[in-house]
Amino acid sequence: MTALMTLEQVNYRVGDKQILHDVNWEIPAGAHVTLTGPSGSGKSTLLRIIASMISKTSGELFFDGRPIEDYDPIAYRRQVSYCFQQPTLFGATVEDNVAFPYQIRKLPVDSAHVLEALTYVGLTEQTLHQKVTDLSGGERQRVALIRNILFLPKVLLLDEVTAGLDEGNKTIIHDWLRHLNQDRGVTTIMITHDTQEIAAASQLMRVVNGRLEVGK
Amino acid sequence: MNLAVNNTSLFLAAMLVLVALGISLWQKLGLDKDIVVGVVRAVVQLFIVGYLLKYIFRVNNLWLTLAMMGFIIFNAAWNAKKRGAGIDHALPISLLAILASTGVTLGVLVLSGAIKFIPSQMIPISGMIASNSMVAIGLAFRSLNSQFHDQRQGVLERLALGANLLDASIAIVREAIRTGMAPTIDSAKTVGLVSLPGMMSGLIFAGVDPVRAIKYQIMVTFMLLSATSLGSIIACYLAYRNFYNAQKQLK
Repeated sequence: MTALMTLEQVNYRVGDKQILHDVNWEIPAGAHVTLTGPSGSGKSTLLRIIASMISKTSGELFFDGRPIEDYDPIAYRRQVSYCFQQPTLFGATVEDNVAFPYQIRKLPVDSAHVLEALTYVGLTEQTLHQKVTDLSGGERQRVALIRNILFLPKVLLLDEVTAGLDEGNKTIIHDWLRHLNQDRGVTTIMITHDTQEIAAASQLMRVVNGRLEVGK
Repeated sequence: MNLAVNNTSLFLAAMLVLVALGISLWQKLGLDKDIVVGVVRAVVQLFIVGYLLKYIFRVNNLWLTLAMMGFIIFNAAWNAKKRGAGIDHALPISLLAILASTGVTLGVLVLSGAIKFIPSQMIPISGMIASNSMVAIGLAFRSLNSQFHDQRQGVLERLALGANLLDASIAIVREAIRTGMAPTIDSAKTVGLVSLPGMMSGLIFAGVDPVRAIKYQIMVTFMLLSATSLGSIIACYLAYRNFYNAQKQLK
């Protein structure tokens, strides 16, 4: 497999504090990577650099063979999509959230496609009109994930998206991620501490004290 | 005219300042120094302006009038900027917003014949427009700052989904414009019921028929709505980008 994403000597520093040290990493297209490590080790920072939410202080990051600096950040983020651990839902209803990816692309909402995505994660058409404040934690996370994949990205970055969810919700999200990775070819990079998720990975990496290691 | 204020009555009226000072000291508000500084500044500034305006009105020179208007606009921008701490280029943004809002509003008033291009009308009206625009922009800046802080997570998520900077900020920008305009809209709703504002009160004091005076107040209401809406929208649309860096990341 060819590398979809390549990191060469990537460093990240805030003031005097070195958060990431010389990270070298090749992520093959279609991989399902899990990233583990103690809290505060720099996992989320690494993922946010890949997501272009923050910029590395030195080193190179190549996506699809081109340095990240060559891309317009907005176009890049539509290809490399980041999902947060505790997502904020927008507006008042679920509909406002699923409409957002269409609004920012100045496209009409494709209702059939939205319904298909909702059904896939165990939500119904009625959910669309539900207030975001009435959703459970698992439902919130599923709605947030739908926002990321209505326009399928090449890479999906998941920052402990199943942390704190019950087994039922975890299973729904695991099945969906497997489908996106295996059937739709989306490269997934997932920060997790969940043994089941770690076991399902095609590549296991660890971040310890800001250094990337091959996991065991 | 029935205007009776003289230096003696003004001095006696200064006793009212003691009320504010007394409350500050009694309630340990710590405002006594601010009150004294505020009062001294107000008296000195108004005396200078009084003599300056008397001179400018007498000379009636176009360039001098424009210079005085420019001075008012620059001062308004300087004060609005103070509310925009942390926003890069807050001074040029405020200056442009106040200049444009004052210019457009004055232009309409002059072209419609509501006011004449003479110093005794242009300068006070410029001051009213610029000061309201200044307050609106100050409120809008403060709202932008607090919302970009409080809603940081929501903005980050919009960016992560591939939103452009305006799409990621639009809810915040709209709220900030609303905040800037709100006091003017609120006071428009209660004008005449709660307050008899400055323009109208001044004319009535000077002996003008109240029915004629309200027409000026109606004009003022219209012009302040225009000034605060233009000032707020220009300032917010120019300022929101400053919350992002060149890589389109939230600072």
